[in-house]
Amino acid sequence: MTEPAIAFRGDLATPRSLRARALGLAAPALAWITVFLIAPLCLVLAVAFCGRGDYGQIEWRFTSANLARALGCAADGFSDVNLRIAARTLWLSAGTTAICLVLGFALSLVIATRRPALRALLLAAVMIPFGTNLVIRTYGWQLLLAGRGPLAPIAAALGLSEPGLALYPSPIAVWVGMVAALAPFAVAPLYAVVERLDWSLVEAARDLNAGRWRVLRHALLPQVAPGLTAAAVLTFIPALGMFVVSDLLGGAKHMLIGNLVQQQLARDWPYGAALGVWLIVATLAALVLARRGPDRARA
Amino acid sequence: MQAKPDAGLVVTGVRKRFGHVAVLDHVGFAAARGEFVTLLGPSGCGKTTLLRIVAGLERADAGRVTVDGRDLTGEPPHRRPVNTVFQSYALFPHLSVADNVAFGLRARRAAEGDVRRRVADALALLRIDELRARRPDELSGGQKQRVAVARALVNEPAVLLLDEPMSALDAQLRGDLQLELRRLQRRLGTTFVLVTHDQEEAMTVSDRIIVMDRGRIAQSGVPRAVYERPATRFVAAFLGAANLVAARRVDDHAVETVLGPLRVASAVTRDAPTIAIRPERIVVHAERPAANAVRATVREALFKGDHGQLFCDPGDLRVRIAARDDLAAGAQVWLELPAEHLQVLDD
Repeated sequence: MTEPAIAFRGDLATPRSLRARALGLAAPALAWITVFLIAPLCLVLAVAFCGRGDYGQIEWRFTSANLARALGCAADGFSDVNLRIAARTLWLSAGTTAICLVLGFALSLVIATRRPALRALLLAAVMIPFGTNLVIRTYGWQLLLAGRGPLAPIAAALGLSEPGLALYPSPIAVWVGMVAALAPFAVAPLYAVVERLDWSLVEAARDLNAGRWRVLRHALLPQVAPGLTAAAVLTFIPALGMFVVSDLLGGAKHMLIGNLVQQQLARDWPYGAALGVWLIVATLAALVLARRGPDRARA
Repeated sequence: MQAKPDAGLVVTGVRKRFGHVAVLDHVGFAAARGEFVTLLGPSGCGKTTLLRIVAGLERADAGRVTVDGRDLTGEPPHRRPVNTVFQSYALFPHLSVADNVAFGLRARRAAEGDVRRRVADALALLRIDELRARRPDELSGGQKQRVAVARALVNEPAVLLLDEPMSALDAQLRGDLQLELRRLQRRLGTTFVLVTHDQEEAMTVSDRIIVMDRGRIAQSGVPRAVYERPATRFVAAFLGAANLVAARRVDDHAVETVLGPLRVASAVTRDAPTIAIRPERIVVHAERPAANAVRATVREALFKGDHGQLFCDPGDLRVRIAARDDLAAGAQVWLELPAEHLQVLDD
């Protein structure tokens, strides 16, 4: 069967030639992705299967020891240190994501229901810190959480800490820093769906005797579900790889996968690469789950 | 049917401003139990806001809403014995037709067996049983409208509010659904309050029409009275076509106009009233009629299918005639404006 002709810029083109043109237009982007994303990833994967020299350099021989060791199965027996770090990272990332979703949803609702001028201002207020380097922002949190900073007396007054003591390094400081670092990732996609909400569904639910919970469950959540999924992915995945925040606010005891990888890259490249491979696998698994979730909910 | 004076819906002294704009200015109306009342007016007249205040979706700045004597003024929507059919239908897209209809009952935690029975009854009442498993995006406009009506009626509200429920449907379907809505309301005996800008729809379905103009009630009455006896120029022009003629009072039953002297049946109280007459009330004669005769020239003759329309001078009179082709532009005719159909307006 011949392919139907399609008019394209005055020419008659077949779908095949259209596809060829599209490929031509996409070529620069594809080249960029190949050189700067796919190639480095292949390199990481290759290095993860290499051996380590005496000075931490890469030895090009095949071994799966790094990948096994990353999961805790070292030559000298099983260690659960890495798995504990992974569990902590997962818990922190999931918790941060949950907090960011709730905060982001509430914030989006507040912003979307303001006057247009105020809306733009509030959105800018959310996004501007995002344009500041993460390291600088996290140092900012050190100042805020310092013993002589503004937050310490409040925490002391509430009985959460000793007067005069800094609030970092501590796990709480890491949580605060993580949420602050990632909240804009949640607000952006959530605001996009909240702004286009069909409020008549909310009114219909209230008219049909629904209390707050039912309104949320049946009138709001189904409408914002795509935004929630996007926000969860955009928050959870950077959270998995985060190391700056825990480094600056958590102290040496609060190690995440990101910190572990970062450390290895100074002394053991193949082991660091192996840790990185597992992190990428976990990330892909999270993406697959996120893509399947809404489909199943709809079925 | 003689009901207690407070039975049904009573709205009194409602005011509402949006910013500096007075949307509703001291509006009150009542709908007796089992009455079909229509709020009719152009867009921006405040009719939808008034309906939303009754539903509890909008808060009035002043005024009271009672149903069967119970004051609902401060109550939230879910504590009012009132349900709404929304203009956009607002069906929950993730729920089936049956679950949409069951929504209100489940929200009130009715027993599941009871829910199933009443949902089945409501679906049968609107003849949409076979759609029960469908999702809203698999329904046509008319089907959505039936589901929206079933979803509201299944809660057995004391008052059903309908916010322009036909505006998204094509003319043919609209006509059918108007009749069906009318019959449904008769059968159930529920008070219906409909908001529309379609005067034909209002006259088809209503026991009583309340015409609204810029946040106030312009006139209220049974459809025939509002149509035949419009009180103001606005009502005369909004409900169907009307010829409005500026006049000068001669005595209690006579006026002078550009058409010549006219006798009117009702009393003339103002010095310079406006006189209204419907196009179909003007009679065309070949010979001079006995009273209220106007010698006119046909300026334009239009064929409208089931009838014809003439534009005549003087006065740019619009005349509805039976479909015929013997009157063409330029023809000289005698028009009779019967005194009993000349309405003396208040403004």
